Amino acid sequence: MHTRWLMPGILLCVFVLSLIIHRFELLDSYLQLIVMYIGINIILTLSLNLINGYMGEFSVGHAGFMAVGAYIASFLTVKVIPAHLAAWLFPVAVIAGGMGAALVGLVVALPSFKTRGDYLAIVTLAFVMIVKSVIENIDALGGPRGFLGMEKLATLPWVFFWVILSLWIIRNLVYSNFGRGVLSIREDEVAGDLMSVNTRQVKVLAFTVSSFFAGIAGALFAHLLQFINPRSFDIIKSTDILIMVYLGGIGSIAGSILGATVYTVLLEILRPLGIWRMVLIPLILVLLMLFRPKGIMGLREFPWFVPLRDRLAGRLPRNKRGSS
Amino acid sequence: MDNNNIIISVENLTVAYGNIKAVDDVSFEVREGEIVTLIGANGAGKSSTLRAISGVTPYSGRICYGGRDLRNIPAHQIVARGMAQVPEGRGIFGNLTVMENLKLATWQRKDRETVAKDYRRVFALFPQLEKRQDQLGGTLSGGEQQMLAVGRALMSRSRMMLLDEPSMGLAPVLVRDIFHTITEINRTGTTILLVEQNAHMALSIASRAYVLETGKIILSGAGKELLDNQRVREAYLG
Repeated sequence: MHTRWLMPGILLCVFVLSLIIHRFELLDSYLQLIVMYIGINIILTLSLNLINGYMGEFSVGHAGFMAVGAYIASFLTVKVIPAHLAAWLFPVAVIAGGMGAALVGLVVALPSFKTRGDYLAIVTLAFVMIVKSVIENIDALGGPRGFLGMEKLATLPWVFFWVILSLWIIRNLVYSNFGRGVLSIREDEVAGDLMSVNTRQVKVLAFTVSSFFAGIAGALFAHLLQFINPRSFDIIKSTDILIMVYLGGIGSIAGSILGATVYTVLLEILRPLGIWRMVLIPLILVLLMLFRPKGIMGLREFPWFVPLRDRLAGRLPRNKRGSS
Repeated sequence: MDNNNIIISVENLTVAYGNIKAVDDVSFEVREGEIVTLIGANGAGKSSTLRAISGVTPYSGRICYGGRDLRNIPAHQIVARGMAQVPEGRGIFGNLTVMENLKLATWQRKDRETVAKDYRRVFALFPQLEKRQDQLGGTLSGGEQQMLAVGRALMSRSRMMLLDEPSMGLAPVLVRDIFHTITEINRTGTTILLVEQNAHMALSIASRAYVLETGKIILSGAGKELLDNQRVREAYLG
């Protein structure tokens, strides 16, 4: 029985700890910043993993959805919500950013999944470019100069809260009936159809959910950096998220956490190398793909990220069974 | 003839891939409670016919199921209306467990209690699957995968089951087992439409059979009758 409360207990302790750290500034602000970057990257990696890892489609659109979330949330906290309420209504702004991104995600998903095939990569690539040039041409959002004036509302406790929420929702999602539908698309889409899975509906819904979390991450990102411009959300940003997904491992929550953490830390550690960093990191990636093509945790899972009822039924993490 | 118990009627079905007609103006029907088999060599159009009925390939002509036209009805809804599928090449989800494979077939079902009963029925029919329920589908042997494919189809609790070459790649002993199971399933009231290259096995269990050659039906009749037919013997039974 005690195992049921172990995980929530630990999470609560860590949350309180993050509050204390934040309140009394116990941690060097640079380190805090890195930890929060890791958190935001975990959300991004998780949400892209849902599409590219669990569903087996290929999207490169996450920078675009991030931008939508970032700009909506920033516009709300700077221009709409009165300054003295901004700190209190920050969650509302974040959710609004997520919702806005989800809505845009739905609009992208509907035509993209009308037919089977590999159009999604092209559509999402175009989407990232469109978002960037649309923002560049809206003066109210600062155009190419960028948008600023946000308070530093994304604090350690908030980032922690959103990371845990995203983890919890996505874990429950992939182990649900809906989640099995998502997996069936990756495994064999026609067979999924023939097993009564409404694959088109599943694809559209999964993409919308994924966009929602990208929007959330964007909103947090904007309120951490306190400055955004269209160039922060170009295709390079999408590539970063792709790297974290494939580094950590497709179709794995533990892999998403690992990928986001390792990549973020690696970028920081290698910072003194300057431009050589961008030579070394691709090299590491090439080596990884040669020796571990599915990423560090590819298609495997850490037992903690398997819902309790599956663990209690004696089920091991999905892909630790069998002999393959 | 009594038309009331026709469950599937196929009229003037044509399936074309570009300029090549895989199925050319084929008409047949399946009645409630029957085992109907489509036999023929590779490329005769058997699988294309089945794929058209399942709703996963475009076609011209008319396919009715339970008196209703299936045109424009997506595949997942056709299944949900009671047409279980054992797809070509089994269609096992290799990275999912046996249990998850079975659960997927209940994707649209809301009746939890009967679902639980159906798991027991499948495990009673294939005890092997119960032992392997937490194993990945891809790690099963060919015979076990075929059991899983049939078991999975049973999980949708359908009045009709479509099987696409269940004997493919199996040892003769396993083929006999699978065909025995198919007759068992039929005996509990499920109508069967079976596509097979193994004409001998298929004809020996079929109530009626159609022989396809290059997209056309060239012969039809009762299963036992065709088993003795000179032309069938020469072409398919050796």
